[in-house]
Amino acid sequence: MNNVFVYCEIEDGLIGDVSLELLTKGRTLATQLSCQLEAVAIGHKLNGIEKVLFPYGVDVVHIADDPRLAPYTTLPHSAILIKLFQQEKPQIALMGATSVGRDLGPRVSSALHSGLTADCTALEIGSHEDKKADKVYENLLYQIRPAFGGNIVATIINPDCRPQMATVREGVMKKEPIDPAYKGKVNQLNVADYVSDTDFAVSVIERHVEASKINIKSAPIIVSGGYGMGSKDGFKLLFDLAAVLGGEVGASRAAVDAGFADHARQIGQTGVTVRPKLYIACGISGQIQHIAGMQESSIIIAINNDPAAPINSVADYVITGDVETVIPKLIKYYKKNSK
Amino acid sequence: MSLNILVLAKQVPDTRNVGKDAMTAEGTVNRAALPAIFNPEDLNALEQALRLKDKHPGSTVTVLTMGPFRAAEVIREALYRGADKGYVLSDRAFAGSDTLATSYALSCAIRNLPQLDVIVCGRQAIDGDTAQVGPQVAEKLGMAQITYAEEILSVEKGRIRVKRRIEKGIEVLEGKLPMLVTVNGSAPACRPRNARLLMKYKYARIPNELQAANEDYISLNNSREFLHIGEWNVNDIVCEPAELGLSGSPTKVKKVENVVFQAKESKTLTDNDTEIEALIQELISNHTIG
Ligand SMILES: Cc1cc2nc3c(=O)[nH]c(=O)nc-3n(C[C@H](O)[C@H](O)[C@H](O)COP(=O)(O)OP(=O)(O)OC[C@H]3O[C@@H](n4cnc5c(N)ncnc54)[C@H](O)[C@@H]3O)c2cc1C
Repeated sequence: MNNVFVYCEIEDGLIGDVSLELLTKGRTLATQLSCQLEAVAIGHKLNGIEKVLFPYGVDVVHIADDPRLAPYTTLPHSAILIKLFQQEKPQIALMGATSVGRDLGPRVSSALHSGLTADCTALEIGSHEDKKADKVYENLLYQIRPAFGGNIVATIINPDCRPQMATVREGVMKKEPIDPAYKGKVNQLNVADYVSDTDFAVSVIERHVEASKINIKSAPIIVSGGYGMGSKDGFKLLFDLAAVLGGEVGASRAAVDAGFADHARQIGQTGVTVRPKLYIACGISGQIQHIAGMQESSIIIAINNDPAAPINSVADYVITGDVETVIPKLIKYYKKNSK
Repeated sequence: MSLNILVLAKQVPDTRNVGKDAMTAEGTVNRAALPAIFNPEDLNALEQALRLKDKHPGSTVTVLTMGPFRAAEVIREALYRGADKGYVLSDRAFAGSDTLATSYALSCAIRNLPQLDVIVCGRQAIDGDTAQVGPQVAEKLGMAQITYAEEILSVEKGRIRVKRRIEKGIEVLEGKLPMLVTVNGSAPACRPRNARLLMKYKYARIPNELQAANEDYISLNNSREFLHIGEWNVNDIVCEPAELGLSGSPTKVKKVENVVFQAKESKTLTDNDTEIEALIQELISNHTIG
C-alpha cells in the first residue's frame, strides 16, 4: 500500500528505456519515502520479464499477460491501471512522457481524480505549507517541469489527491540498475478481473514501427548543428567530424524544422536529453529549450560567429568563427594529433 | 451519413515569443500581456473536422472553447474557415483550472450539445504542452480516444479509422463511434479563411461582446441567427461547483522560477590554426577524445 508505481512500456517483449529510467528514479524516491517500488507490466508473452526489472530495485512486479494487451491500446491498459491503483493506492505513479504514457496517464488520472503533471524534468520529495488552510504536508512529490514554452520552470504538487502522477520524457532521468541480485515478488494479475470485452473497442489494424537506427542518447561524443549550418549539405561537415571523433550528430530544433536533420536527432526540451562526455555545438544560438537538453554534458565546445551567442555562457570552450572554417580545422588537427 | 462533429479549441498566449514579465507572482500566466492566438494543433484538428464535413455533406462542425470572452475570436476564426457554429464557455468559476478541472467543465458543456459522432481537438496547447485535456474529456464522457492522429482516414458504418504518428512510426486504429481524436501538428495545415465566410461571419458575436455595441448593430445581430455565437457560463451547464476551477484542480503550482543556467567559466578561442590545434591536443591529452 502507498508505494511508488512505475508503468512499464513494452515493445516486442522489451522494456522501454524510459521505463527503466523511471524505475531508477522511482527506486530513489521509494527509498527516501521508506516504501516499496512496484512495476506494472502489461502486454503479451511477458514470461521472465521480472528478471529484467528486479535489478532496478523493484519489490513487486504486477504482470497482466494476454494476447489482446499487445500492442498497446488505451482502454484495456487504463482499465487495468485504474483498478490496480484503486486496490493498491499508490502514493506516486510514474510513466513515460511518450505517445503511450501521454495517452494513458490522463485517462487514468481523470478516472481516479488525481493530479497529473506532464513532461517533468525533475522529481523530488519535499514538504508544503498551506498557509490558508493552516496545514503542513510532508513528503510530497515535487513535480518540476518547464512551463510556458520553457521560459520558466514550475514546481507542481498534488497535496490531497493520490496517486501523485507524473510523466517524464525519455533520456531525462538516468538509467542505473542497483543490484543484479535484487529479489522482488511477482503478482500475476487475472486479466479478466480487470478488463471487459467492451474495453477492446479500438483495434490496431496496421502498425509500422521500427527501432530508430539513430541513437544519440548514449553517444559519448555529440557533434550538434543548428540553423547556422546553413543547409542539409552543411550538415555533412558535422557527419565528417563525428565520424573521425567516433561520435553522433545531433541538431537543434531550428535545424530539424528546416529539414537539415532528422527529428530523431533533435536535442532539447522537445527532443532528447543528452549528457555526453563531449558536446560540440556548431551554429547553435543556445536558446533555453536547447540548453535544457545538453547542459549536463561534461565538456561543451561552442562554435559560433556571434561572440555574444547565449550558448557561449554554458560552454567550456568558445570558438568564435565560422563553422565552415573551424570544423575542417578540427578534423585536420585531430587527424594530425591522434594516435 | 452526415456527422455531428465537435472541435475543442483554445485561445493561447503565443509562447513562442514570450517576454520576461509574462508570469504573475502566483505562477499563473499573465495572458493579457501577450498576443493571443488559435492554438496551432487545434487548427490541425479543425482541418480534420472540415475534411470530414467535405466528405460527408450535411455534417455540422461545432466549435467549443473555454476561456475569457475574447476567446470568441477563436470561434470567429473557425467560422471563417468553414465551421458552422460555436460556443464560448466562460466564467470566473473556471479560473485557476488545471487540466482535470478544465476537462470536467468542458465535458459538462459537451453534454449540452446533441449526440456527437466525433470530437476532435489538438494534441496539446502550447501554453501548457500537457496533452491531457483531450484524453480526460474522453474519459469523463465515457468515450474511446485516439491520440496523436495525423489523419482521419474514414468514417463508415459507425466506425472511424485513424492514422496516428508515434515515435517510431505509424499506426492505423479503428474503433466505434463516438470517438475523441487528438490531432498532431504533423497533420495537414488548416485551410485559410474563406473570403465569403469572412464577410458572412465578420459580425458574429457572443452576447457579452454585444453589450458594447450600438443599437443598429444589435438589431442586425438579432435578426441573423447565424451571427450568434453561444455563450455559456457556469449556470448553463450541469456540474458540481466543487469540481471547477482551483478547488477542482488536484495539482497546485507551488513555485515558479525563471530559468537560469549556471554560467561556466569558458576559454575563448579564435579560428586561428594554432589555437585550434592546441585545443585538440588538450582534449586528447585529457582523454576527452581519441
Ligand atoms: C515549446 C518549445 C520547445 C522547444 N524545444 C526545442 C528543443 O527541444 N530543441 C531545440 O533546439 N530548440 C527547441 N525550441 C526552439 C528554440 O527556442 C530555438 O528556436 C532553437 O533552439 C534555435 O535553433 P538554432 O540555435 O539552431 O537557430 P538560431 O537561433 O537561428 O541560431 C543560429 C545560430 O547560428 C549562428 N551562425 C549562423 N551562421 C553561422 C556560421 N556560418 N558559423 C557559425 N555560426 C553561425 C548564429 O550566430 C546563431 O547563433 C523550442 C521552442 C519552444 C517554444
